[in-house]
Amino acid sequence: MSEKIKFTIDGKECEGQTGQLIVDAAADNGVYIPVLCHWRDVVPAGSCRICTVKVNGRFMAACTTPIEDACSVENNTPELQDIRKAIVEMLFVEGNHFCPACEKSGDCDLQALGYRYQMMVPRFPYAFERRELDAESPKIFLEKNRCIFCKRCIRMIKDEQGRSYFGFKGRGKHLEIALDKKLAENMSEELAMEAMKICPVGAILRKEVGFATPIGERKYDNVPIGSDIENLQK
Amino acid sequence: MSKPVIATASLAGCFGCHMSVLDIDDRILKLIELVEFNKSPINDIKTFTKQCDIGIIEGGCCNTENIHVLKDFRKNCKILISLGECAIMGGLPAMRNGIPVKECIEEAYLGGPTVGENKEKILPNDEELPIILDKVYPLHEIVKIDYYLPGCPPRADLIWQAVVALVTGDELNIPYELVKFD
Repeated sequence: MSEKIKFTIDGKECEGQTGQLIVDAAADNGVYIPVLCHWRDVVPAGSCRICTVKVNGRFMAACTTPIEDACSVENNTPELQDIRKAIVEMLFVEGNHFCPACEKSGDCDLQALGYRYQMMVPRFPYAFERRELDAESPKIFLEKNRCIFCKRCIRMIKDEQGRSYFGFKGRGKHLEIALDKKLAENMSEELAMEAMKICPVGAILRKEVGFATPIGERKYDNVPIGSDIENLQK
Repeated sequence: MSKPVIATASLAGCFGCHMSVLDIDDRILKLIELVEFNKSPINDIKTFTKQCDIGIIEGGCCNTENIHVLKDFRKNCKILISLGECAIMGGLPAMRNGIPVKECIEEAYLGGPTVGENKEKILPNDEELPIILDKVYPLHEIVKIDYYLPGCPPRADLIWQAVVALVTGDELNIPYELVKFD
């Protein structure tokens, strides 16, 4: 049974339920903790670490850690901001993120976090790894250059029997996202659009619908990512 | 006191960032009151004639000539600014990074679908031509860069506000809408 508990984020008094994840409890209290791999009510992966907070002085992933009564969470401290910025920068140099040529530009969560943390240039050298574009399925482009390995698609895009359309292939440096060719042949329109929507970057794209929204009207053109959550209680 | 001197160059870029400089519209009249231009495609001065204060560079480094020009700018400018995505991360030309140069050249001059007749299989080999690099490099991986202005192209207002802040010493508060990577 869930009970109401109290905790603080950066000194702000917040309320939540026992067992609730920090990132969700924070959002309910109007506090934005950035996420790339997390999706509410889906089993967390804890893979991107952009949601790193300090709970009672210890670094924890806010998307895998439940709140505890009277715990003290640090979120917007300069230290954590810099760690998050560094993670965004690492993701940018690790893949091949050519924003000007990407259909997801303006609606991309990774790019929006770059804006939020005012990334002018990554502090790390670019890797420029060669990765492939998989265009074999009838509805979806799988642009492996842009995948940040968040596993959202693997966890969320499944058929009626619970089989995942997407999966990982290889290990370590050779890890890549892959699409089950046979399953993808009969992928429904709704599921293809859903897959594009939940992808935090431009790795999953619905064919034939790119660049639908003009520049200036896209999701993050005028408001930073997280504004919807932060404006909840204003 | 004499006016600050600005120099600009386009390396492996498309001149879009320079077009964005011109997009400051009539503020260009204020600009020439504020600063003096030296080597730049805008006034067509080809070589440095004096020490400059600010060098603004568009485009990454894709060949030996780019590197030569970049190093020349570093030597002749007190402050260097990377202007736009190509200067900052290689941009679209860097899409060839990760593909071996040999493969790129062969695709462009021998096997590509748009290649016309090239029976003798000639690849560009004139000694006047700069040598293409193994990949396209962001400017800060070649020389020290002091400031970065992202965008493809960087918004004219961003360039204007940054340059004015730099020459007047005023604090720069960039609005959210002005910093974009596309």
